[in-house]
Amino acid sequence: MLVLQIIVAGIAQGCVYGLIALGFVLIYKATETVNFAQGDLMMLGAFAGLAGMSVLGWPFWLAALAAVAVMALAGMLIERAVIRPVLGQPQFSIVMLTFGLGYIARGGVTMVPGIGTDTHALAVPYKGSTLDLGAVVVGGEQMVIIGATAALCGGLWLLFRYTRVGIAMQASSQNQLAAYYMGIPVQRLNGLVWALAAAAATVAGLLLAPITFVHANMGFIGLKAFPAAIVGGFGSLPGAIVGGLIIGVVESLSGFFLPEGFKDVMPYVVVLLMLAIKPTGLFGDRARKKV
Amino acid sequence: MRFVFKTRYDQDIALARHCGDRFWYSLLMLALVAAPWLLPEYWLAQLSFVFIYAIVAVGLMLLAGFTGQFSIGHAAFMGIGAYAEAYLAARGWPLAASLACAMALAAAAGVVVGLPALRVKGMYLAIATLSFGFIVEEALARWESVTGGNAGKSVPAPQVFGYALDSTESFYFLCLVCVVGSTLVVLNLLRAPTGRAFVAIRDSEVSAQSMGIQLARYKSLSFAISAALAGLGGALYGHKMQFISPEQFSLVQSIDLVLMVVIGGLGSIHGAFFGAIFLIGMPQLISLGKDYLPAAIGQATGLQSVVYGAVLIAFVMLEPMGLYGRWLKVRTWLELYPFYRRGMFKRQKSFQKSERLK
Repeated sequence: MLVLQIIVAGIAQGCVYGLIALGFVLIYKATETVNFAQGDLMMLGAFAGLAGMSVLGWPFWLAALAAVAVMALAGMLIERAVIRPVLGQPQFSIVMLTFGLGYIARGGVTMVPGIGTDTHALAVPYKGSTLDLGAVVVGGEQMVIIGATAALCGGLWLLFRYTRVGIAMQASSQNQLAAYYMGIPVQRLNGLVWALAAAAATVAGLLLAPITFVHANMGFIGLKAFPAAIVGGFGSLPGAIVGGLIIGVVESLSGFFLPEGFKDVMPYVVVLLMLAIKPTGLFGDRARKKV
Repeated sequence: MRFVFKTRYDQDIALARHCGDRFWYSLLMLALVAAPWLLPEYWLAQLSFVFIYAIVAVGLMLLAGFTGQFSIGHAAFMGIGAYAEAYLAARGWPLAASLACAMALAAAAGVVVGLPALRVKGMYLAIATLSFGFIVEEALARWESVTGGNAGKSVPAPQVFGYALDSTESFYFLCLVCVVGSTLVVLNLLRAPTGRAFVAIRDSEVSAQSMGIQLARYKSLSFAISAALAGLGGALYGHKMQFISPEQFSLVQSIDLVLMVVIGGLGSIHGAFFGAIFLIGMPQLISLGKDYLPAAIGQATGLQSVVYGAVLIAFVMLEPMGLYGRWLKVRTWLELYPFYRRGMFKRQKSFQKSERLK
């Protein structure tokens, strides 16, 4: 039953990857940009939650909601201030821009005196509680991660399926120019997409914080969300979550069965295999240029 | 402004466009050769670092700026070169042989990484190279019998015909020879059919293919040359640092390398050098400026990365052509004074070009 236990841990970890990958995919679909600062947005979100709890003394749930709201606003501001002026430039310059954002976020947090360079534990109310399911014991943190991810995915599905904003987002991600001609405010939607991505990253950060602690370099875990996004197919929202779960489970299984050192490398081996076999990912669209 | 009157077809592909070019580059070479007698040792060492990074930058520029294939794992090739050189130099191989071996090994790795490039492009390729970078870093850390693992490995001074190049001056000359050689190789390549094929692939793969360019062959070749130069840079880097460990060749280093070519100006060999000067000069400038800032900001550990990030964002937003683009504008302003117009380098309004395939 140890294997089952490991798989559950992998699923919980995979949910976090999936949430970060969700942010990549949202932004990629809207602006065709890969946001390398997504992990750093997650870090900022975790720090925002930490600030709410320790500086303002709010309870966890209030601090978490406030952090999500603040980070959504920050995401919208980033889009307005930095991303919108450079749209239309080659894809890679925009990627470089997000590298720059990541640098500033990481450096900026370390520059905050007293807080930035230390690691902090986020005191969540469900810490340490467990649920005994007979065969496996599920930790409270893992349960909350899986539950919150499922809820967030459900919410996003409803958003994209039934609301006007969601349908407008789908339209503009399929063909921006056509959507613009139909009267959809594409630029404002892009801002909203960045807000959504930042909010998803914050949720991931708050969920991850009880397991790994909050520190300035926790954003580097976002780099493992790239394999998740690729395995799922870069343009697919369900793919991001499925890819995240696959990467999480592969990682924790290889940490158990394979020699030391393979755990951190396996996600990248999986993504290289995926790119060699099926570059569009599990759920990606088949793309071929017709001349 | 100088107008070149072309009387021969050779002038189209000549390395120096006119005698002014020849004059200034000869002057530059003369200054660089005389540098050990003019500069203090510390600056000489910094100049050697600029040369080492310039070698890597020229290679990455060939790949990213001229072939259009982005690599966020170039530090891995540096690492392969550095470790191969360290391993062989410790066994007493002469410098030429061990350098050639290090470059060949890095080039072989480059061909392997180039394989996904045949099927994927754009961001997928960037992430494939990123994954490769992680795998190499982990392999360097775990293959302890050869690399010494995380504890690192010391690199002996290079041996040329029995002489050890262990002084700053002699190593400076080694770097100078390598950087001039590799730049000439790349410049020559770019004016030959191979280089034209690279540029054609960058501009449009489909049209390049319909002109009869074998995509697979030229992409692999570009990866191989670029990786070989990165391996050469890495080998020299190892000798210069005298100590290498896997975290010197991590993702952060790879991003620094990409940052170097983007800030220098994609698509120009000058840009590679400007970028290398920027990458080495910036920490110096920051440490100079630290004293004038309040202690809370000046002594913070994150200052350097904030400045890097801000400079990177500023360049992408305000000067997409990088330092070389800025230099072109300054030069044109001087040449045309007082007739320079603001709009001379303005690109036409570009709409969002979709790289998504229809």
